[in-house]
Amino acid sequence: MDIFTQQLINGLVLGSIYALVALGYTMVYGILELINFAHGEVTMIGAMVALTVIGVLMGVAPDLPGLMVVFGGLLIAIPACMALAFGIEKIAYRPLRRAPRLAPLITAIGVSIILQNLAMLVWGRQYVSFPPILPRGQHEILGAHITDLQIFIVVLSFSLMAGLWLLVERTRLGRAMRATAQSREVAELMGVNVDRVISATFVIGAAIAAIAGVMVSAYYGLAHYYMGFMLGLKAFSAAVLGGIGNIAGAMLGGLLLGVIEALGAGYIGDITGGFLGSHYQDVFAFFVLILVLVFRPSGLLGERVASRA
Amino acid sequence: MIHAKYSLSALALALVFAASGCSQKPDEGGDVIKIGSVAPLTGPQTHIGKDNENGARLAVDEINAKGLELGGKKVKLELLGEDDQAEPKTATIVAQKLVDAGVVAVIGHLNSGTTIPASKIYHDAGIPQISPSATAVAYTAQGYKTAYRVMANDAQQGKALGQYAVGKMGARKIAIIDDRTAYGQGLADEFEKAAKAAGGEVVAREFTNDKATDFTAILTSIKGKAPDLVFFGGMDPQGGPMAQQLKRLGLSARLLGGDGLQNVNFLKLAGADAEGVVASSPGLPIDSMPGGPDFRKRFESKYGVIQVYAPYSYDAVYALVDAMKRANSAEPAKVLAELPKVDIQGVSGPVKFDAKGDTMDGAVTVYEAKGGTWQVLETVK
Repeated sequence: MDIFTQQLINGLVLGSIYALVALGYTMVYGILELINFAHGEVTMIGAMVALTVIGVLMGVAPDLPGLMVVFGGLLIAIPACMALAFGIEKIAYRPLRRAPRLAPLITAIGVSIILQNLAMLVWGRQYVSFPPILPRGQHEILGAHITDLQIFIVVLSFSLMAGLWLLVERTRLGRAMRATAQSREVAELMGVNVDRVISATFVIGAAIAAIAGVMVSAYYGLAHYYMGFMLGLKAFSAAVLGGIGNIAGAMLGGLLLGVIEALGAGYIGDITGGFLGSHYQDVFAFFVLILVLVFRPSGLLGERVASRA
Repeated sequence: MIHAKYSLSALALALVFAASGCSQKPDEGGDVIKIGSVAPLTGPQTHIGKDNENGARLAVDEINAKGLELGGKKVKLELLGEDDQAEPKTATIVAQKLVDAGVVAVIGHLNSGTTIPASKIYHDAGIPQISPSATAVAYTAQGYKTAYRVMANDAQQGKALGQYAVGKMGARKIAIIDDRTAYGQGLADEFEKAAKAAGGEVVAREFTNDKATDFTAILTSIKGKAPDLVFFGGMDPQGGPMAQQLKRLGLSARLLGGDGLQNVNFLKLAGADAEGVVASSPGLPIDSMPGGPDFRKRFESKYGVIQVYAPYSYDAVYALVDAMKRANSAEPAKVLAELPKVDIQGVSGPVKFDAKGDTMDGAVTVYEAKGGTWQVLETVK
């Protein structure tokens, strides 16, 4: 039983990370119906920038408490990612806004490859380690272990999702976003500055991505120029599973995917008597993606039809 | 226009190569014997590559100083150093270059990934190749009569680790994880065989890949089977987070790994959780080698600090020269016939080859991470 509880906790934490990244995919899709494949790389850049700042801070002020140092890293990484996303949208997506839908999808993949290679040039090919400066508190629940950082990750992703929901449903900007999502032309006629709304969407998604990137590298203790690729694919699957374009759906999809992966990898070997092993862990996410696209293309909570992408 | 430019520069390049080829023709007198040495001399592994070349150079200089006589004639050895950049593609290019330059044998390469593709070229040319540091089983498993090595291979390492885990660390219930690469899977398979043969019980066999960072699911599943040891066949980028997650999940089992973990980067990535992790590396620490301290003095007065494999490239040259003396000739075909009979006392220990070209009784050293460094536990055969 304690093993099952542990697997659930593993899945929830992993799922919260997927959910954080998935929020960015889903916001952009909700407004532009564009799958921003560069989003995973923005997450990676966030982690790398934060780690660089953390390294500098530890050199300059070695007495600073660990939490402050990480916070300092976030403080630089968030605006850096926001600026990056603003630039990506302006250079790679805006000129193609009236082009066939496939064109921006291809530039998105191009941007993703460029960012990966830039990061490789700047930070090198080796894995960068996250310094052990965060408190290492540990708790036991029903025989399962959970750390402070894990609790923090889960709480943070729920609060960010709630904040995002409030932003979209309760603010002027949110209303403008929803209007733009429904009809760009009509929103423009009503005086909404569509360009600014779309930029804002990208920038907010990037801020969340930066936070997610720092959380991932703190949780696993490392960062790498390639880390955004698989993370982005999984988060994208999570967004589709929950219903792409839907904020609560991204959250639900992320959590579900995390739990499915953890339970799948944990039990598949025992259930199939060793015929299938835990190396199928990554397959579950994409298997789920295929199932959803075949049987419920709009996702669990989706209102729109994802197949239009 | 662009095409014309390119073809012109290609022509110029060809001329340069042709010219350099001419200058490297074997001497007419036949008293100079050319031996190739290949290792990465640029890129991130430069320091290790140069170390290999220096080890070989030291041996060549010593042999020349003492004087070598083959077939009644005084001969002089000449070492031609080449850079393979640790790239398989470059490895085959420089291998061909050495063959064209008329070398009678090659000491190298450094990495398994470069040694294996280059071995085909040496095989086709009928030139003996002795690698000081390639450990992949596949290198000597190709059936080439030209491929030799002086260091224990991954199978020997896996076997030694399996026996060590059960015999010395007292492991009874063992969980095994590998990263599904040729190296990781090969090491884990050999480990499993040896551990079972020594009386250990393998309670779990899990898999991951060489890009993964999350091992909580497989480690939790392993925890349910209560092993006292977890073996990981793979590299440090996975081993580091694995060591952290192992502790985080409250597993009391110790982590054991091969030379993929036995490096400084693993200590950095695992942080405080590296403490107590045991990992092995083929070969001996230099000070435990029979001729180690003396070799260190001779080497360091000329080239500075020893990195890793210099004693092995040094021994490789002496093994080659032993075969030449037995053949009383430097002709590759005759040397090849004598290589299986080589029997010398090298710096790293006795050098003898088995039928496949692997070293017999290759040593494997086991280290433990303590206080942020690797400390020698013991050397096993």
